[in-house]
Amino acid sequence: MSLLDYFRAKKEPTTAVTAKERLQIIVAHQRGERDAPDYFPAMKQEIIEVIRKYVQIDSDQVSVQLDQNDDNLSVLELNVTLPEKP
Amino acid sequence: MAQIIVVTSGKGGVGKTTSSAAIATGLALKGHKTVVVDFDIGLRNLDLIMGCERRVVYDFVNVINGEANLNQALIKDKRTSNLFVLPASQTRDKDALTKEGVGRVLDELKQDFEYIICDSPAGIETGAMMALYFADTAIVTTNPEVSSVRDSDRILGMLQSKSKRAEEGLEPVKELLLLTRYSPTRVATGEMLSVADVEEILAIPLLGVIPESQAVLKASNSGIPVIIDQESDAGKAYSDAVARLTGEEVEMRFVTEEKKGFLKRIFGS
Ligand SMILES: Nc1ncnc2c1ncn2[C@@H]1O[C@H](COP(=O)(O)OP(=O)(O)OP(=O)(O)O)[C@@H](O)[C@H]1O
Ligand SMILES: [Mg+2]
Repeated sequence: MSLLDYFRAKKEPTTAVTAKERLQIIVAHQRGERDAPDYFPAMKQEIIEVIRKYVQIDSDQVSVQLDQNDDNLSVLELNVTLPEKP
Repeated sequence: MAQIIVVTSGKGGVGKTTSSAAIATGLALKGHKTVVVDFDIGLRNLDLIMGCERRVVYDFVNVINGEANLNQALIKDKRTSNLFVLPASQTRDKDALTKEGVGRVLDELKQDFEYIICDSPAGIETGAMMALYFADTAIVTTNPEVSSVRDSDRILGMLQSKSKRAEEGLEPVKELLLLTRYSPTRVATGEMLSVADVEEILAIPLLGVIPESQAVLKASNSGIPVIIDQESDAGKAYSDAVARLTGEEVEMRFVTEEKKGFLKRIFGS
């Protein structure tokens, strides 16, 4: 980086910072699915369908995450972004 | 004990073949008897990078099918002693590789070689699976770029669940990060993920950083693995990586910007 660049001081985060943040999210997601039991994708799909009976949502508005906290405790975390009230 | 090392990535075109050729040559230069095996069935390229394309008679699939024996298929490198190439076939379909067949050939190679380097094809299909299945060590070749890093993480998932070591509950495959086509200048301006960023995301030990280098194209043009070009930054960086692979401690080079002159520093380049 040259001194001129330095004085042009960028306030916005660089694209590398954006790349890193996006990757951290996607990789955490991939790892969550990797460690999940075999029935997990089917269960996730069914949960989404149940919610759809009541509220119209896209599948990317639901995040289902399984966290293995320790040996005999896992937490199923369900996050649903509901559409705004009309 | 022979070591099987897969050079893998998920994403295509990140430098697996360049790295396989360089690392195999580097190991042989250190006196280790080494064979580099092309798993990219149908898209053979390693022979070109190694400069032995005109000497291919039989290939990996011929050996698996019993149409040739290993001694007929192995090509002895002309430049470097202790170094051999097992080329991929150019025409057969990908199903030519079976676990049973690949396992048999690798077992036979293990009798004779210290290092067996497997140049994986891109993707996560049969060819890539076969290349990593028997591995003791995986060199996860990654570019500092979002799709390559994501694909590397997927490959790590495969290594941890689909490899022989995972299936048999043995000690896990040793995973090492090789960051290639790195440009310290672009990292400094915030346009490129840094070594530290990629290390943090993938969370595996760093084997080496290979800079983006004009020497790589020159090397592939001439069919001479870039590690032979010890004047070049990439050649030196591969030598360092090979040294680390064999247990030496070597400091990382080519990860920060070159020192520029005073005027350049003020006005940029
Ligand atoms: N450090 C580097 N600097 C500049 N160019 C490079 C570098 N490493 C690799 N390349 C170039 O990138 C291209 C792809 O390299 P290579 O064939 O080794 O990748 P690959 O991962 O084996 O590809 P494929 O997935 O198709 O098998 C080539 O043109 C090569 O010259
Ligand atoms: Mg290749």
